[in-house]
Amino acid sequence: MQLSTLLVVGGLMSIVVVVFVKGAPALTLQMFTQTSNGEYYLGKEGGILNAIVGSLDLAGGATVLAIAASIPTAIYLNEYGSRSKFAAFVRNSLDLLWSVPSIIYGVFAFILMVYMGLGTSLLGGIVALTMLELPIMIRAMDEILRTVPQRLKEASYALGATKLETAARTVIRQAFPGIITAVLLALARAMGDAASILFTAGYTDNLPISLFQPVASLPLAVFFQLQTPFPVVQQRAYAAGFLLLALILTLSLGSRLMSRRFGRYTIK
Amino acid sequence: MFAVTLLTALIAPLMVLGLVQRSTLILGTVSLRDLIFSGSWNPDEGEFGFAPFIAGTIWVSGLAMLLAIPPSLLMAIYLAEYASKRIRSLIKPLVDVLAGTPSVVCGLWGVLLIVPFIRDCLGPLMGVSTTGYSILAGGLVLAIMVCPIIVSISDEVIRSVPREIREASLAVGATQWQTVKHVVVRQAFGGIAAAVILGFGRAFGETMAVLMVVGNVPTLPHSIFDPAYPIPALIANDYGEMLSIPFYQSALMFAALLLITVVFVFSIAAAVLLREFKKRYGLAQVS
Repeated sequence: MQLSTLLVVGGLMSIVVVVFVKGAPALTLQMFTQTSNGEYYLGKEGGILNAIVGSLDLAGGATVLAIAASIPTAIYLNEYGSRSKFAAFVRNSLDLLWSVPSIIYGVFAFILMVYMGLGTSLLGGIVALTMLELPIMIRAMDEILRTVPQRLKEASYALGATKLETAARTVIRQAFPGIITAVLLALARAMGDAASILFTAGYTDNLPISLFQPVASLPLAVFFQLQTPFPVVQQRAYAAGFLLLALILTLSLGSRLMSRRFGRYTIK
Repeated sequence: MFAVTLLTALIAPLMVLGLVQRSTLILGTVSLRDLIFSGSWNPDEGEFGFAPFIAGTIWVSGLAMLLAIPPSLLMAIYLAEYASKRIRSLIKPLVDVLAGTPSVVCGLWGVLLIVPFIRDCLGPLMGVSTTGYSILAGGLVLAIMVCPIIVSISDEVIRSVPREIREASLAVGATQWQTVKHVVVRQAFGGIAAAVILGFGRAFGETMAVLMVVGNVPTLPHSIFDPAYPIPALIANDYGEMLSIPFYQSALMFAALLLITVVFVFSIAAAVLLREFKKRYGLAQVS
């Protein structure tokens, strides 16, 4: 049993170690400050600034949209229709959505994009990633809102606050640490996903300037650079992979620390 | 608020409807039996037999589960029943954080470590020549991605088996291992099965990591050292070409529909099992 534990933990750790060791030599300042224009893919100068900025745009945009949809949904599920058949339907539907493979989000987002007359673009990628984030965020927020004590809400009602005021000022504030965790985890998931943006966001060597143009991303930078025949470029793929992994592990660790830090401001 | 809630709830049904609508074209011309069981894949001549891809998906995800289940379950039992508080509070967050590793990075790990290992060590050792890009590589990479899911759910499930049941077993003289084997695991069986099914669902649909290491050759595989071409990889790879040929596009949509159907069936089965388990023990944490 200890052996299996060691095997699993060691296997997971080895991902971090291998990607770091192979990528470290190619991690130069240039990687962060230049785009992949010119003869970058032939092994000449350049960096992956376009992919870094693109990933931040994609995941950031999707997270903002997902928050805008998740908070009302989570409040509705808990404060308005918590025991109703409809709420059960919504929860089951979200659980199903959670299990959808990320490539299918891409396929579905693309069907939507065709209807809207949109080509591969930043907006398309954001749509796909928003759908990917929604079930993660809503279900996590739903669980957290459920833990807000009834007494707290009753105290707010007793002061004459309406249901909406109570939800917006009391429940959300009390649940804030958990909401932060949910948001950061969804953000990390969106940032690392490649399959859903493969044909919705496309790829470009330029910095993103418009919602309606293709955009580069870190996961796809790893994927495409690895396919080139030049070892120098392949090594940059390892570096990009390490950068991505570091970003995501930081987000994941950060979400844990943040929730602990903000936990001080809630009523126990 | 109601409108937003309704909208989010409709995404999953709309996804299925959209895919069904998009695959009617191919379903109208090629019979379902030919699509699923025929092995000839010549999109240019209108032959869309998905058998090699379905076989590829089953081989890779099946092998991944074979590799992932034993260590994951043993690890969950260890964490839930044997590990000291300190070890547990160290390992659990570590595994949870590492579980967030993006699939391209797992694929990268496969390309850097697993593929050369199979090509240079395991292949020659077993007397087969292989490029390393094989079902085994895909299975190993998937296994490491699925382990955290199985471990974390199984651990929760095992821990929620009531203490009294354990004490009753210990009181009649069973050792700790006997108690775990005959009592705890048996009680938690439904929940553990749900954990395994959820892991399987994840493995089934995983795209990028598998795509990077599995070789992508559309033939029926015969051994784990052969390359394969799972359905998600097919969708991801052939996407650029499919726009020009309506039949091809429809065929790929059918592939996506097939995938989502299987995943949904798994997901519902797991949900039912977990619900049964929760009913018995009033479990709040597992979701």
